[in-house]
Amino acid sequence: MDILVCVKRVPATGGKITLTPNQREIDTSYASFTVSPHEECAVEEALRQVAAHGGSTTVLTLGPEVASEQLRDMMAMGIERAILLQTDGQEWDASQTARAIVEAIDAQRAAGRTFDLLLFGNEAADTGDYQVGIRVAHALGWPCVTGIKALEVRGDSVTARREAAGGWEIFEFPLPAVISVKEGINLPRYPTVPGRLKAKRAPIEVIEPRSDGNALQMVRLKLPEDKGHKGEILGHGPEAAPRLVEVLQRLGVITS
Amino acid sequence: MIIGLIEHDRGKLNDLSLQMLTLGRRLADQSGVPLHAVLIGEVARPLANGLGAYGVSVAHLALHERLDDYAPEAWAQCVVELMGAVTPEAVLAAGTDRSHEVMAHVAARTDLPLATNCTEVRPGDPYELTRQRWGGSLLEEAQLTGAVKLLTVAPHAIAAEEASAPVALGVKEYSPQLSDSDFRVRVTGRVEAAHNKISLADARVVVGGGRGVGSAEGFKELEELADLLGGAVGCSRVVTSLGWRPHADQVGQTGTRIAPDVYIACGVSGAIQHMVGCKGAKCLVAINKDPEAPMVAEADYAIIGDLHQIVPALCAAIRNAR
Repeated sequence: MDILVCVKRVPATGGKITLTPNQREIDTSYASFTVSPHEECAVEEALRQVAAHGGSTTVLTLGPEVASEQLRDMMAMGIERAILLQTDGQEWDASQTARAIVEAIDAQRAAGRTFDLLLFGNEAADTGDYQVGIRVAHALGWPCVTGIKALEVRGDSVTARREAAGGWEIFEFPLPAVISVKEGINLPRYPTVPGRLKAKRAPIEVIEPRSDGNALQMVRLKLPEDKGHKGEILGHGPEAAPRLVEVLQRLGVITS
Repeated sequence: MIIGLIEHDRGKLNDLSLQMLTLGRRLADQSGVPLHAVLIGEVARPLANGLGAYGVSVAHLALHERLDDYAPEAWAQCVVELMGAVTPEAVLAAGTDRSHEVMAHVAARTDLPLATNCTEVRPGDPYELTRQRWGGSLLEEAQLTGAVKLLTVAPHAIAAEEASAPVALGVKEYSPQLSDSDFRVRVTGRVEAAHNKISLADARVVVGGGRGVGSAEGFKELEELADLLGGAVGCSRVVTSLGWRPHADQVGQTGTRIAPDVYIACGVSGAIQHMVGCKGAKCLVAINKDPEAPMVAEADYAIIGDLHQIVPALCAAIRNAR
């Protein structure tokens, strides 16, 4: 089984987001970068499926030249090949990104490299568009399911599960297919030191996709309004516990 | 007109659709156009009754023998056909996994842009809207073009409100042309969850633990507290990454969004990805040794100190109070 995993470089945000003065980007002067959490699980899932069934793994990203860092991170986890759809760093919307990915897949096919399974994260951590995988599936004419947290491949067919209110929904469909996964499907491995060394030297296939502009136009970013509330410090240490009990009683959580 | 896609599971309404209709009605009022809804499958017919109260004048009911259960592409094709027949100004849906899936298929099939998780929408051409990024930690102002504007409404961004006067609702049936390939992905089975545990999403009280809990064993105290309060235990992402708790317990952007009456966060620093998962809590309590932790700043109440001393003391104090 030949698997392509699509990932996106995003800043590793932690405590607080600050914006650049033009309000069009997150200020990443002091930030490190990573891939979206769901996508890290997609990479892990690709490695596990190929370990179980044989085949190959390829990772693809669309982004600036520095996004090759993330491709190397994924190769350090064990992915064999990497493709960078290199942009000038401007944000590409979901439709454009999907189109570029489809063109890259077509070009790979023309070069004799085909895929049986495309894995995406359920949504990118930053833009949260929830649609790139489905757009790609539609263009390829392949079935697609999203939000998958368990995956079993048997021959040419897939059984996938997703969480729904009160349990799990089960889907069964044939390969080739597009699946977007959610964190929780597995616990991603850490890269090994030999893996990192190997990834450092590994070749990356670079393609410059054509851009035809964003249909969804970002005007500016803004931070949600600060509620400006000040919380109450009930006290320090275990001696403060009875004061919290009073609060919980007032809220009706503890009834005597 | 503006059309709202009513999300349901085998006839059970997803209430977030009512928030979506509320935004849809305001948008329709501003544009001076009627608000319609689309219901998928005979099983959804009873839901039409409740829609007039939200200002829906026509409910389009898609009928086909295979629409008894969810199939994303078939649902999308029902919407696409309706768009072709009635040429709406916009199609709206709730910002849920299922509605996102359907709307993304609609967008792909019609080659239109789709704006997800919108919190505000101003009509015009283009639509000017505000949408969530980073699970709501950041907002984006954007312009949405397209012959039909496709968008989803972020959960809990606006409250569901009935119209000032209910509208007389008509049901219009239609029979979409659906092919076998529209049903190649469909729900073919279900596993119901065990009902012996309070689910994190529905719990009235959640006791959360972060890195500060220190170990998997450390969660025993939090479980005791949760049991005493009839609640559930949650955790931060780092805790699942360390393997201390299963991912099902994770609160946050890539885990569960909780909305309890009280969330007691123990040793959780409060990364933005965690905060978007617990911002639905009516009351936030932090127990943390670091008074500078973002969670303490965000909390309504905080106790500063070692959670392994405070949580047992709290359990004892609760028992005393009863």
